[in-house]
Amino acid sequence: MGGLRGEAAIVGIAEFAPVRRPDRTWMGLEAYAELARLALDDAGFSHDDVDGLMTGHLADSGGLFAPGHLTEYLGIGSHFSEVVDLGGATGAGAVLRAAMAIEMGLCETALCIVHTLPRPRNPKGGGPTFRMGAWGSPMGEFDYPFGAVGQNYAYALIANRYAYEFGLTDEQRAKVAVDQRKNAMANPKAVFRDPIDIDDVLNSPVIVDPLHMLEIVMPCFGGAAVVVTSKEKAKRAKHRPAYIIGGGENTTHLSVTYDPSLTETPIKAAADRAFEMAGVKRSDIDLASLYDCYTITVLLTLEDTGFCGKGEAGKFVEEHDLTYRGDFPMNTHGGQLSFGQAGMAGGMSHITEAYLQLTGRAGERQLRRCDTVFVHGNGGLMSEQVSLILRGE
Amino acid sequence: MPKYRTTIEPLPVPTPITQPFWDGTRQHRLLLQRCEAGHMIFYPRSHCPRCLSNRLEWVEASGKGTLYSYTVARRPTSPDFEHDVPFVIAVVELDEGPRMTSRLVDVDPDAVRIGMRLEVVFDDVTEEITLPYFRPAGT
Repeated sequence: MGGLRGEAAIVGIAEFAPVRRPDRTWMGLEAYAELARLALDDAGFSHDDVDGLMTGHLADSGGLFAPGHLTEYLGIGSHFSEVVDLGGATGAGAVLRAAMAIEMGLCETALCIVHTLPRPRNPKGGGPTFRMGAWGSPMGEFDYPFGAVGQNYAYALIANRYAYEFGLTDEQRAKVAVDQRKNAMANPKAVFRDPIDIDDVLNSPVIVDPLHMLEIVMPCFGGAAVVVTSKEKAKRAKHRPAYIIGGGENTTHLSVTYDPSLTETPIKAAADRAFEMAGVKRSDIDLASLYDCYTITVLLTLEDTGFCGKGEAGKFVEEHDLTYRGDFPMNTHGGQLSFGQAGMAGGMSHITEAYLQLTGRAGERQLRRCDTVFVHGNGGLMSEQVSLILRGE
Repeated sequence: MPKYRTTIEPLPVPTPITQPFWDGTRQHRLLLQRCEAGHMIFYPRSHCPRCLSNRLEWVEASGKGTLYSYTVARRPTSPDFEHDVPFVIAVVELDEGPRMTSRLVDVDPDAVRIGMRLEVVFDDVTEEITLPYFRPAGT
């Protein structure tokens, strides 16, 4: 199998602490500039080092010309720009594309930035509004009229089908939220830091059967950036470089109704490709940083990335301690369920946490040993899947 | 006025490609497409998603299917559905093969079971739009 040679590395990160309510009135561009400054500073790199740019959609540009707006505002030249449109997997997809472009020699140092600070209300009213389900959108025509709107319902459909095929208890799903909260309690940046137990999860209101409020991410505002560079330049980074030694991606559908299977997810192909490319085993992984928009997402990801067998995830989370002190450390930052989901930047938090752990900067929640991390990003309605394997060297 | 909802919006807005499907529901017929290779298709398209054939014909479905998965929305999934809760969102596997998104009606949400047999029921929402819902077979 071809693919990445492991010659591009993460060397710097920045992340705004997610907040429930915005405390600043920046337009988007200012936030991008601040994230760029912080991430380059973390790497020990300067603005002049940047020659590549990966980002998500940019509200200020009305959804168009994001690279033009950003290069101009940041004052950088970019030899390779990409607008990544993979929903929650955008962060992981951005890092994968940066590694690819760097190994191909298209650019040498790429900034990957995603952010979700709200924009101030246009004083003149109007302005671009983002609305799914425009005329001609199959979801708008064949899902929304039935109330199949948003993400919650889709993951509830997955949870019910999974329970039907394999059996799964409410308590098993809740264990994921509880262990991740323990991790968040050791993360000063996390939004939710009060202890919870399984009863708290199960006593929170059911939003869509069978998912309770505490099994569902809370939308927040924030942003994150990652600097990726070549092996040559990584040598002069401030912290230990994290080489991107494997990557895999898979997208099969948008509406969950047309997901080929709700229980054998498209995650598997992405993860298998990443592991094969990296040449590492599941048992080599020191930290699993798995996208967790819902508790059920984590259970299916554990199975389809190969950390446990099909139908075994419920038992797996019961039998393992998923905290930073545990035998299977997972989402040590608290996961998005407790850290907060700042839009597309939520998925990036799984990468920033990986880099903090790989460089020994995770504070109270620092793992004793962390050299190899598996990151998984999931977008849309179990639609876009990106796996990364990072190794600190 | 709709029978199964208290409000009308959101409604589908047919496109030139999908119009025959909505013409069908207005006549209380559930139409699918079949490509020249025999693949059955839903939602309506210009090309078959299995072979990209552009030679598709409309065929009437039996209106029977099996519940593949469901959820009971206890909170509205969007403000449009505020007055509907609780309601049952369903993925129905039609006997002809394709899956479709719909809603289960004429059923106690707590009595819904994956694998249950279903039949289509039509709700004339406006003069132009009739939505296909499903209820337990033989209701």
